[in-house]
Amino acid sequence: MNYEFQPLGDQAVVIDLGNEISQAIHEEVQSISNLLDEHQPEWIIEYIPAFTNITILYSPFLVYQQIKQTETLPYDWVCAQLRQMLTQNKREKVPEPRTIEIPVCYGGDYGPDLANVSKYTGLKEDEVIKKHMNGDYIVYMIGFAPGFPYIGGMDETISTPRRDDPRLEIPAGSVGIAGSQTGVYPITTPGGWQLIGQTPLPLFQPEEDPPSLLQPGDKIKFTSISEKEYLAIKEDK
Amino acid sequence: MLKVLKSGLLTTIQDLGRYGYQKYGVITSGAMDPEAHRIANLLVGNDQRTPTMEITLKGPVLEFQEDALIAVCGGNLSPMIDGETVGLWRPIYIKKGSELRFGNPKKGFRAYLSIAGGFEVTSVMGSASTYLRAEIGGYKGRALDKGDTINFGELSNSSQKAFDELKDMAGSKPYQTMDWFVATEFSAPIQDEPKLKVMEGREFHLFTDDSQSSFFEEQFQIDSQSDRMGYRLQGSKLELTKQKDMISEAVTFGTIQVPAEGNPIILLADRQTTGGYPKIGQVATVDLPRIAQLKPGEQVSFEQISHKQAQYLLLEREKQIQQLAQGIRFKNR
Repeated sequence: MNYEFQPLGDQAVVIDLGNEISQAIHEEVQSISNLLDEHQPEWIIEYIPAFTNITILYSPFLVYQQIKQTETLPYDWVCAQLRQMLTQNKREKVPEPRTIEIPVCYGGDYGPDLANVSKYTGLKEDEVIKKHMNGDYIVYMIGFAPGFPYIGGMDETISTPRRDDPRLEIPAGSVGIAGSQTGVYPITTPGGWQLIGQTPLPLFQPEEDPPSLLQPGDKIKFTSISEKEYLAIKEDK
Repeated sequence: MLKVLKSGLLTTIQDLGRYGYQKYGVITSGAMDPEAHRIANLLVGNDQRTPTMEITLKGPVLEFQEDALIAVCGGNLSPMIDGETVGLWRPIYIKKGSELRFGNPKKGFRAYLSIAGGFEVTSVMGSASTYLRAEIGGYKGRALDKGDTINFGELSNSSQKAFDELKDMAGSKPYQTMDWFVATEFSAPIQDEPKLKVMEGREFHLFTDDSQSSFFEEQFQIDSQSDRMGYRLQGSKLELTKQKDMISEAVTFGTIQVPAEGNPIILLADRQTTGGYPKIGQVATVDLPRIAQLKPGEQVSFEQISHKQAQYLLLEREKQIQQLAQGIRFKNR
């Protein structure tokens, strides 16, 4: 594994693993996340995985209290510790990812921009839905909003630019397309994505642990449901 | 219990933030001025992480329905008890039936009200901080409103001693303060047109030479579109040598990022967990409390320090807070 350390402010260090979004780098990020899940030293506050790196938030003062050496910069000590952990990280493969099924009621009032996507791509609405369902999706990271997945693997032929006039309120559960990305909105937020459907599943569940339905590394399978099924699942939740 | 008679501009319950869930996109929230929050707690004998009330510019009116030991730290928003001005940075006993209100803001932007035993609110994911957009944490996931009532927790031993001593001294008066207060650099961080200590950000080198020097030499004005999420700044437009497609990654409290239109944003307590704009700088942790006290419209500039200096300053500050905590424990003994 090739990596570099760089500080992010005076209480965090970024482990950089590359410059482009790829499955290989994603697996390295996952491998480090798994390592930290198994053994998180107490000076680490938490970690934030992203596409090409993983940021470790730590407490310089806890480090200082632990090493009791005023001349050693906590950052240098933290990097040395992390280097040791990464060297000893023997796992070659990350565990088999979970596949999470996300039922979507496509089109109509649930996906007011499906017609836009159809018009822009020159594909029939049915074809857009089919291509959206057939993607080989992987969750690279969670960010932007609680439980919001950055998903890779959408069929390029249904790529559509963001709306010129962003909506002030996008309902929770909306499934959208922005450029070559697809995503699901966990909470009501403003946004410019082209909305093609809605899922009745709550992606952000503050009472649950973890609070996010999806986690980095998950595979996603979108399935199509009717309005009746949508309402039934929603009722259940 | 206390009752909110008037809500003020934005009054929320905060602690030191909801850490541990950023990998799920859950923002940290927490006090904008963590030092004022911590010291307010120390003064009343609480753990530093106990929830306090963050008060913004125009403070609330609060009716105490039982006796309490409180402290107000941070910006001077003119706290008054039953019409009489009370000092900041000290333990205050307040009698049942008295009213704490805030007058015209004198200095700073945010004050922290602590109460011995802490405000009793439900902890969500290990924190009492209010996360307004997701409507979780704090008081019912929202800012305090007229008519709300909040209970206090049990007093610690040191809180009880200070409480008893002040109650004795108070007699029939509505309140009584200790004859000492915190008079260190903690209680005086609020300057006009401050120069904030800032490190180079991860993408500093991607900015043009002109932008790099403007960033550390010129003044920026805090835009009216500034809130707990971030402070937007107006000044020289900051530009990259060439456009670069950034890949989203983690940001932290104090990260200064620059969207395409060229105006920097300082990310604060309610920032998103990740960002996709180039980061030109990062405010040193020791100077975060100074930002929290700046109002929209004020001027700010940046003074460059190294990452190493920032980390040593942080250690120094933590040692000072520890000493202060010991000093207060000794006084309240």
